[in-house]
Amino acid sequence: MNYSWDWGLLFRSPHIDWLIEGFRNTVVMAVLAWFIAMSLGSLIGVMRTLDNPVAKRVGTIYVEIFRNIPLLAQLFLWYYVIPELLPAAAQKFVKRDMADPQFWTSVVGLGCYTAARVAEQVRSGIQSIPRGQRAAALAMGFSTAQVYRYVLLPIGFRTVIPSLTNDFLGVFKNSSLALTLGVMELTAAARQIEEYTFHSFEPFAAATVLYSCVTLLVITLMRVIERRTRIAGSVGSGR
Amino acid sequence: MIEVTNVSKWYQQFQVLDDCSLTIRKGEVIVICGPSGSGKSTLIKCMNGLEPFQKGEIKVDGVSVGAKGTNLPRLRSRIGMVFQNFELFPHMTVRRNIALPQVKILGRTRDEADARAVKLLERMGLPAQADKFPAQLSGGQQQRVAIARALAMDPVAMLFDEPTSALDPEMINEVLDVMVALAQDGMTMAVVTHEMGFARRVADRVVFMDQGMIVEDATKEAFFGTPRSERAQLFLSKILQH
Ligand SMILES: Nc1ncnc2c1ncn2[C@@H]1O[C@H](COP(=O)(O)OP(=O)(O)O)[C@@H](O)[C@H]1O
Ligand SMILES: [Mg+2]
Repeated sequence: MNYSWDWGLLFRSPHIDWLIEGFRNTVVMAVLAWFIAMSLGSLIGVMRTLDNPVAKRVGTIYVEIFRNIPLLAQLFLWYYVIPELLPAAAQKFVKRDMADPQFWTSVVGLGCYTAARVAEQVRSGIQSIPRGQRAAALAMGFSTAQVYRYVLLPIGFRTVIPSLTNDFLGVFKNSSLALTLGVMELTAAARQIEEYTFHSFEPFAAATVLYSCVTLLVITLMRVIERRTRIAGSVGSGR
Repeated sequence: MIEVTNVSKWYQQFQVLDDCSLTIRKGEVIVICGPSGSGKSTLIKCMNGLEPFQKGEIKVDGVSVGAKGTNLPRLRSRIGMVFQNFELFPHMTVRRNIALPQVKILGRTRDEADARAVKLLERMGLPAQADKFPAQLSGGQQQRVAIARALAMDPVAMLFDEPTSALDPEMINEVLDVMVALAQDGMTMAVVTHEMGFARRVADRVVFMDQGMIVEDATKEAFFGTPRSERAQLFLSKILQH
């Protein structure tokens, strides 16, 4: 193979600026989308465990829709189709006045997609708790909201920390699909460097290293959180 | 204090409670016994609205449990309940298990609630366990903490659902002793149990259930003398053998 390596090109302007901007966009998108996914997903997951049949149904429909349509199709729907269905005033805002519509569409799309996954984790976490806990909490006089706030969610979240870590890494990696809407995230930055320099190995190697670093960091952090929140005396806590 | 009047309950086709009536007066201790599946747990869960029922009425301190407008959390906060499997909250220390409901439900300050917890733990013979987690305690200790947690709410009555059935034999007495003391202090109690020694010591009345019906409701003297129903006699002879 006759390839002349030039690692230095990564650190030359404007390539380094593209990489930095791409990395920043990837991280910011993932964090914002995760924020949506956790809030919306917890709500939907809780709804699926309530006795109220309407809440249950709404939760189930949400999960089925957002889990079963491919993420790329969802991003296109959010970007090309949904704005057309909005009332005129909202349409004008989305199409003309909103800053950076590709970025925000990606955040919302990724967030709603990942919310369906988070919802399933939250639901399974809550349902893994013996039914007596809910009865005992209700018998104390806690309202339903308090039963979730103080008993079911704290226990349920602990049991699904490993799966939630996977979902966060999922949203981080899936954010690369935002390049199809034209967002300058990490993968798009690597591709742009390739197009300008005809060097493909260096920029994609850089992107790979950056993705891996974040993944390792997140896994390490979540291990610490898992250890810190582990319930004393429970299985596997070493006491 | 607790008045159960002609209560019936169904799970779809299956009738769990069949026209049950029962009155527990202030300061009274009643023991409910009967074969497994006879509806004992269901009956006491109806008393604090944990289980809905289709017919009849239950009143606690004058408040109707089944009525639409009843504030169930408020009513439940006034009735303590102790379960077979303790059901302490595993992610909280013993102290927090006892203090949190006082703070969040009764609006006490943290200091008040903690002080109350410490005092009750002493009364339960567990002064050194406040900062442990439930899974670090023995079954008997956990059940006493559960009793302390219920008492911290200053309940007007206490419901017990087989509080010693999940315990190793050597731990049964430490829990029963606490319950006897509670009864002697004048607490209103409904206790589902097969511990007939407990019934003999402190029960005012013994209720025998079978197939969702209250077959016998008698003073303990009458019950242990000669139960009127054959089924109660048979049941007694079986459980008194061991
Ligand atoms: N959620 C439920 N759905 C259907 N049947 C139930 C349910 N809970 C209890 N049962 C039935 O109701 C009967 C009474 O149960 P329970 O009150 O727990 O009896 P006990 O406490 O006397 O052993 C049993 O036959 C049980 O199988
Ligand atoms: Mg039972």
